[in-house]
Amino acid sequence: MPLEKVEFNYSQADSALSIKLNGDWLIFTKIPQVSEATSQFLTYPDIKSVSFDSAGLSSWDSSLISFLYKLIKECHGRGVEVQYKNLPEGIEKIMVAALQITSKEIPRKAATGTFLDKIEDGFISIKQGVFILLDFLGEIAYAFGRLIIGKAYFRKDEFMLLLQRCGVSALGLVSLISLLVGVILAFVGAMQLKLFGAQIYIADIVGIAMVRVMGAVMTGIIMSGRTGASFAAELGIMQTNEEIDAFKTLGIDPVEFLVIPRILALVIMMPLLTLYSDIMGIFGGFIISVSMLNLNPVEYLNHTQVAVKMSNLWVGLAHSIVFGIIIAISGCLRGIRCERSASGVGEATTSAVVTAITVIVIATAVITFICQVLGV
Amino acid sequence: MGIPEKPVIEVHNLDLSYDDYIVMRNLDFTVNKGEIFIIMGGSGCGKSTLLKVLIGLKEPVKGQVLYNGEDFWAADYGRQQEMMRGFGVLYQGGALWSSLTVGENIALPLQLYSNLSVSQIRDLVEFKLSLVGLDGYADFYPAELSGGMRKRAGLARAIALDPEIIFFDEPSAGLDPVSARMLDDLIIQLREYMGSTIVVVTHELASIFAVGDNAIFLDDQSKTMIATGNPKDLLANSRDPKVIQFLTRGKR
Repeated sequence: MPLEKVEFNYSQADSALSIKLNGDWLIFTKIPQVSEATSQFLTYPDIKSVSFDSAGLSSWDSSLISFLYKLIKECHGRGVEVQYKNLPEGIEKIMVAALQITSKEIPRKAATGTFLDKIEDGFISIKQGVFILLDFLGEIAYAFGRLIIGKAYFRKDEFMLLLQRCGVSALGLVSLISLLVGVILAFVGAMQLKLFGAQIYIADIVGIAMVRVMGAVMTGIIMSGRTGASFAAELGIMQTNEEIDAFKTLGIDPVEFLVIPRILALVIMMPLLTLYSDIMGIFGGFIISVSMLNLNPVEYLNHTQVAVKMSNLWVGLAHSIVFGIIIAISGCLRGIRCERSASGVGEATTSAVVTAITVIVIATAVITFICQVLGV
Repeated sequence: MGIPEKPVIEVHNLDLSYDDYIVMRNLDFTVNKGEIFIIMGGSGCGKSTLLKVLIGLKEPVKGQVLYNGEDFWAADYGRQQEMMRGFGVLYQGGALWSSLTVGENIALPLQLYSNLSVSQIRDLVEFKLSLVGLDGYADFYPAELSGGMRKRAGLARAIALDPEIIFFDEPSAGLDPVSARMLDDLIIQLREYMGSTIVVVTHELASIFAVGDNAIFLDDQSKTMIATGNPKDLLANSRDPKVIQFLTRGKR
């Protein structure tokens, strides 16, 4: 039984508590709770000294030290004298050393308690997030201004590499996803249109949907996961390795050097990738319509040409430019403000993707509403 | 070499914080021209925070940091940027820009701030690299170098613009004793060659005694500096038990 490992003997005459330790005090055995010992201070409030008897102790490890450490700290807190002399050899030294090390006051963020506290914290973090974003947008505007007047430092080689990373390297993924989106749109459209014998209008549905919005949205989502995440991780690691500090101490604006080329590269490549995605989507719809729904290929292409107006194309390209800005800013912002740790880089990357996709969906809704109002 | 007694850095009544937590109060010290000045103290005492304030990366809670008599934190952004161009900083891991070669890392500040031609910059990069013992490594990327080489390359970048003041953040951290000693020798040579004022943040005793002309000791419990002077004199004469314990690895 655990209680047998410790016995208490209180002497009223000299207000002394004797604690007898018995048996094995090992991590892998059951040992008494320290509260069993500290409860003696409540039973006998006038205890002035505590002594130990370890004659019955067989073997011990840090479980005994931990028990005694808590107990002795409690004694010190209550001004009770502790007599170490009958404790096993070595324990007194460890205990004195452990009690001498005064732990530093560690700054920590206050833990949130109630539901209202959490709501308050949520509002504060949204407010801080807005300020950080505005601050970052200001820095970007300033750096763009310097670029326009030719004062910014712009490395063409690095920019070409970024164009390649944001464009050509993404073609494979964009091809696959866009082709499949075209296929899905054709199948879904065919199910309903078949009821009216109007399968040929699949060309209209696929063409308009891809060119007006789906091409841009799918490319945006692909680029958020691919390029936005890569920007955040890259800049996050640079932050962790103090490379961004090194720019600042040389008087080089990291936004000018790192963020502006990335925004420009994405803004240039996104419309091109979107156009490519539109073509691949239309091609996906074409394959299904011709091979499975037995539509005439020439008729399909003619219908697409008639249905997809230039206004659809401009709306799609406008989407893509906006999405490019969103993805680049969210990736760079999360990366450049990343915490200096491995988990910080992970969080920055996740956050960049989630933020970009969320904002892309919101932006799509807003642009669609504006187009509706303007009759475009 | 005689060291002229002209303060290049003056720190007055400086309070530092980490987030909202005050880590150091009432720091007061001066660093003279051509001096190798050590900021020492135990881990987590605020040495790196002080360094960040000195190099313009973090604003102090209060107090002044004067460079040649001019208050850095009272200056406008543009002037701060100009003053920062007079600093060279060697970060703990070298902090080389990973997408650039070693040569491009050193050339970048020269391209930005000097009027030298491309070939002159190339020559200067070669010279700076040979100064730190990395002649021939200009076309290597940082990932291809060892930790010690990265630090030396970082140092070559730090001295690219012949800065008036060079700051070192834990230069010996992560280095074997021989490489650490080589870096210490380099610090002394740089002072001799360039006449730069050097500020070193470290807790490596060997480096402290090998290079330090003057030092301050930061104490995390009292949250201020508790000793100042030549490290060897401090070891011989200080009566503060914390300083003695630190300088003797707790053996006295």
